[in-house]
This record gives sequence, structure tokens and C-alpha cells, in this order.
Amino acid sequence: MSLQATTYLVVGLTFALYIGIAIWSRASTTKDFYVAGSHVHPVANGMATAADWMSAASFISMAGLIAFMGYGGSLFLMGWTGGYVLLAMLLAPYLRKFGKFTVPEFIGDRYYSKTARIVAVICLIIASVTYVIGQMKGIGVAFSRFLEVDYNVGLVIGMGIVFVYAVLGGMKGITYTQIAQYCVLIFAYTIPAIFISMQLTGVPIPQLGLGSTMSGSEVYLLDRLDQVLTDLGFAQYTTQARLSYLNMFVYTMSLMIGTAGLPHVIIRFFTVPKVKDARSSAGWALVFIAILYTTAPAVAAMARLNLVETINHPDGTNLVYAERPTWVRKWEETGLLAFEDKNGDGEIVYAADPNVNEVTKIDRDIMVLANPEIAGLPNWVIALVAAGGLAAALSTAAGLLLAISSAISHDLLKGVFKPDVTEQQELLASRIAMAFAILLAGYLGFNPPDFAAGTVALAFGLAASSIFPALMMGIFNKNMNKEGAIAGMVAGIGVTLLYVFQHTGIMFIASTSYLGDMQPNWFLGIEPNAFGAIGALVNFAVAYGVSKVTAPPPEHIQHIVEDIRVPHGAGAAVSLDH
Amino acid sequence: MSQKADYWKANLRLITLCLAIWFVVSFGFGIILVEPLNSISLGGYKLGFWFANQGSIYTFVALIFFYANRMSKLDRAHDVHEDKDV
Repeated sequence: MSLQATTYLVVGLTFALYIGIAIWSRASTTKDFYVAGSHVHPVANGMATAADWMSAASFISMAGLIAFMGYGGSLFLMGWTGGYVLLAMLLAPYLRKFGKFTVPEFIGDRYYSKTARIVAVICLIIASVTYVIGQMKGIGVAFSRFLEVDYNVGLVIGMGIVFVYAVLGGMKGITYTQIAQYCVLIFAYTIPAIFISMQLTGVPIPQLGLGSTMSGSEVYLLDRLDQVLTDLGFAQYTTQARLSYLNMFVYTMSLMIGTAGLPHVIIRFFTVPKVKDARSSAGWALVFIAILYTTAPAVAAMARLNLVETINHPDGTNLVYAERPTWVRKWEETGLLAFEDKNGDGEIVYAADPNVNEVTKIDRDIMVLANPEIAGLPNWVIALVAAGGLAAALSTAAGLLLAISSAISHDLLKGVFKPDVTEQQELLASRIAMAFAILLAGYLGFNPPDFAAGTVALAFGLAASSIFPALMMGIFNKNMNKEGAIAGMVAGIGVTLLYVFQHTGIMFIASTSYLGDMQPNWFLGIEPNAFGAIGALVNFAVAYGVSKVTAPPPEHIQHIVEDIRVPHGAGAAVSLDH
Repeated sequence: MSQKADYWKANLRLITLCLAIWFVVSFGFGIILVEPLNSISLGGYKLGFWFANQGSIYTFVALIFFYANRMSKLDRAHDVHEDKDV
């Protein structure tokens, strides 16, 4: 069977599985499905959270970025896992105790202010839309390759599928569908990694293979990679920092606190049965996430080595362009990989020196998808990777779109502007909001500001600078008042957006950047994507300062805070009511 | 009331301990001290690189379960657990 037919078959089968499970669990339960969700074991909830969380950025993009960033790419690994520690200790149990539907709802109640709720909604929408752009980029890349069309066509097809998928709706809330998606995703990620680790090192566990010697040799894989890259003039893989250690530090911190501040992740912990379960569920979610995240660096290093050796063969010869493998031809069609035979000798050379290098374009996002083809793995493995990438992108995109639409319909429309809105109107409003979000994210996806993981990283910076500090102070500082929280959120996200826009353009349109995306202009050499941690600091400082010079919160708010600090008295799990 | 206050203080102490470890394995070993640690090898890994790529993640998982476990005990010791609600 051809690769394309196998891909259609595997992708089709997995989609049939998700939809089948969705219909089956709907049919067997009633309205109280979400309450029944309280019988879901924390392990199962953790697995579903992992599927919700791991997006196209984790699946498709991250290993590709690490492959080219080397040690510097560790900031994604630490940043996107370390946030769960913060979530488990600083937010999840208390928000679960408080027992409300959405994140802006907590902020609105805790800070006894509709204004605070509206500000939280706006911050949530900015962060989530940015996040969806990253998903769209990933989906576009996956479709362009497997349908063998241009990236832009792939993106439009992806937008259509996300729309149908998200509007089908409730699917997001169905834990069992997400468990199935997690299984597809993790098999699709680890199986090629196991194959490749076996090929290169003879060790079937990629985490160990990365630290092992090459098959039939005494040389460690990482030493070999360092050697091959430095010979070509690239930076040494294992020591190549991302710009500077300070930048890495701030970037990692942004991703960690952003993880804890992203509404679609936090919501998952509102529906566990007990406060106790909110803590352990975060642990289980991280276990399932760690399986992918500890495999990713192995995938990254091995893919880079395979790529280099496909072009510059270990025996000293180079790739003859006319004899290039099929996977190279296919990726050239998408426009995401390009060569230029500069010296006209019919051979391709890959090198750091731009005058010698003939690999003129290699989009980082193709690495994970191309990896099994580069390693010559069977078609079903390649098809499985496509299915896994789509599962990751779709589950996260749907989750985010639901968070966006519920913020607009539940928090803005019903909560603030029109409390007497009917259920149908609320539903209609949420669908319209969802469609707008897809169109906007899709439009920006035609010219994404960065690679998928880079775009997503920006979303974390925005969440880190606005939502996380407001939530944390709401729990840990009894005296934080509405003036402080609002001023903090506005200042935090404002500073971050200003910094990002001035360097990468207003709404990421490059021509509108007024300071230029140039390193010398960066504050302390910190790149825009990493700025969320600084924004969060500004948020904390402004909030604290303002709360000191304004009236303290009313007595009953202080009692609420005391109450959410203890597990005792938590009611039944609440549900998202739409 | 002081029961609750003691519980909260114990919780804050535990969080401080856990976050100190969280900081040391990732920001400490993975970034700030990565160069000196890289002179030590762990199989084919340089140690600093290993912490940044693998070790910090394993530690995070262990930390959350450690915290969850200790908090369940604290909940009971201070009589603020949920089971008495039922």
C-alpha cells in the first residue's frame, strides 16, 4: 500500500475511534456526565490532561527546534514540565476548592469586581488566540505533507477540520476520547523513537540510547553529533546555549509560570472529585507528559544526526541532488524544504557557512514528521506519526477554542453584559466566537511569527504575565484587592505585549515593528518570547504597590481566601455547563 | 482557627522546600551550573546537559507525588481533610 493510502487509513481509523468513543459515552450517560466524571480515577484524568496539554508544539515542533538548538532547546523541556510543579502546589488544589466554572469567574469573585473579570477575559483571549496560531501552523505543516499540497492549502484544510471538530463540541469534555487521543499520540511518538534508537545505538529505550555509544563503535552518540556538527562549522550540540544563560533562565521561567496560568489546563483541575485529587492528578498528568518530553531530546539529537548524514555522508561524499530520496522530494513540494546547487556540481552540501551551504530552507517543524522517513521506517509508522500529530493539534486546538468561546459567552455575555441571555443565544455566541478565533488564528498562521513552538511560547509569556500572578496572589495574599489585581494584570500583559510588538510587529506583522527584531535592541538580551517572566514580575510589583495604597478587600473576601486554603468542605465537582 | 493557621504554615513550609528543589534541579543544575557540571559524565551524557534534558523532569514528577503525599498526611493531622464531609 502506498504511503498516502496508509496515512488516510490510519488517520481515518483513529478519527473513527475518537468519534465512536464520543458517541458511546454520550449515549450511555446523561446530563450529569460531568459529575459522573468525578468517578474518573486521577490516573485517567491525568492521561486526559496530558492529551489536552500536549499540542502540535509538543508533538510536531519541539523536537525539531531542539534538533537545531541543541542544549538551548532544553528550555522547552524544563519549561513545559516544571509548570506542573507550580500548578500542583500553588493553584490547582485551591481553585478546585473554590469550585467555579472558569478562570475569569474565579478572578471576578475573588476580586469582587466585574472589571477584574473582563480584564481576565481579555488576557485569556489574547493568550489563547496566540496559542491557537501555533496549532494552526502545526496542522498546516502536517496536512501539507500528507496530502502533498502547498503549506497554505494545508492550513486552510486544517482550519476547516478544526472548526468541525471544535463545533462538534462536547468532545473536549469527554475524558475517554482524550485518553484515546493520548494513546494514539504517545504510540506515534515513541515507536519511531524506539526504532531509530535501535538503529543508531542498539538500545531500545531512547532516553538511554541518547546516552549510549553508536552501534558497532566505542563513540558516544552525543560525542559523535558534537563532532559532526563542529566539523561543518555549526555550534557544538551539547553546549550550545540559547543566546545567553540569562535569556534561557528567563525563557524557562516564562514557560513554567505560563503553563500554570493557561486557562485550558487549569480548567481540568476544576472537575476532579476532591482537592486531594487535584494534587495527585497534576502528578499523573506530568508522568504521561514526561514520557513524551524525555523521549523528545533523543528524537531531536538522532534526527539531526540522521539529517546531516543523509546530506553529508559519513564516508565523505555528498548527496547527489538527482538521486535524492523520496522524502526529500515530497518535502520540497510543500515549500518547507529547499536546496540550491550553488556551485553547480550536482551535489548538495550542508554547512554553517552561508556561502557554502546549499540547504537553503529547512523548516524546523518538518523534523519530527520527516524523521521516520529519514530513518527508512515502514509506511505504517510514518502514517502513525501523522495521526499522532493531528491528534495532538486537534485536541489542544479544540480545548483552547472552547476556553475562548466560554470566556466570551459565559464570562462576558452572560456574566457581565446580558445576564438574562437564553441558553441558545449563549451557545450561538460561543460558536460565533469560535469561528472568529479560527479565522483570526488561521489568518495569522499564513505568516506565523515563528516556528509553531516559538509562537506557542509567546502565548505562555502572555499567560505568565497576566493570569498566573492574579491567581496566585488571590490565594496567597489575603490583602490583595481589586485595584491591585487589575492594575497588575494590565501592567503585566501590557509590558509583555509592548515588548513583543515593538520587536516583532503589531499583531506579528513584521513591517510594523518599530524597534526591529534585532538583538542589540533587546532588553538585557532577552528575546521577545521569553519576556513573560519579566511581565509577571511587573505584574506582582504593580499589584503589590497599588494594593498598599488602596482600600483592603472586604471582610467576606478575606474569609473566602481562608476557606479555599483548606480542603475540608469542598463540594461536589462542578462542571463546565456548556 | 489556629488549627487552620498551623496547617497553612506547615503547607507553606512544605511548598518552600519543594520549590527550592524544583529551582535547584532546573535553573541551578540545568542552567546556572551547567558548565561546571558538564565536566562530569553520566554515560554518554554530560551531567549538566542531562539535568537540563532529563534529570529535572524526573525530579519534577517525584516532587509532585511527594507533595501530594505529605499534604494528605497534613490534611489528616490538622483535621481539615475532606473525608469527614461525606
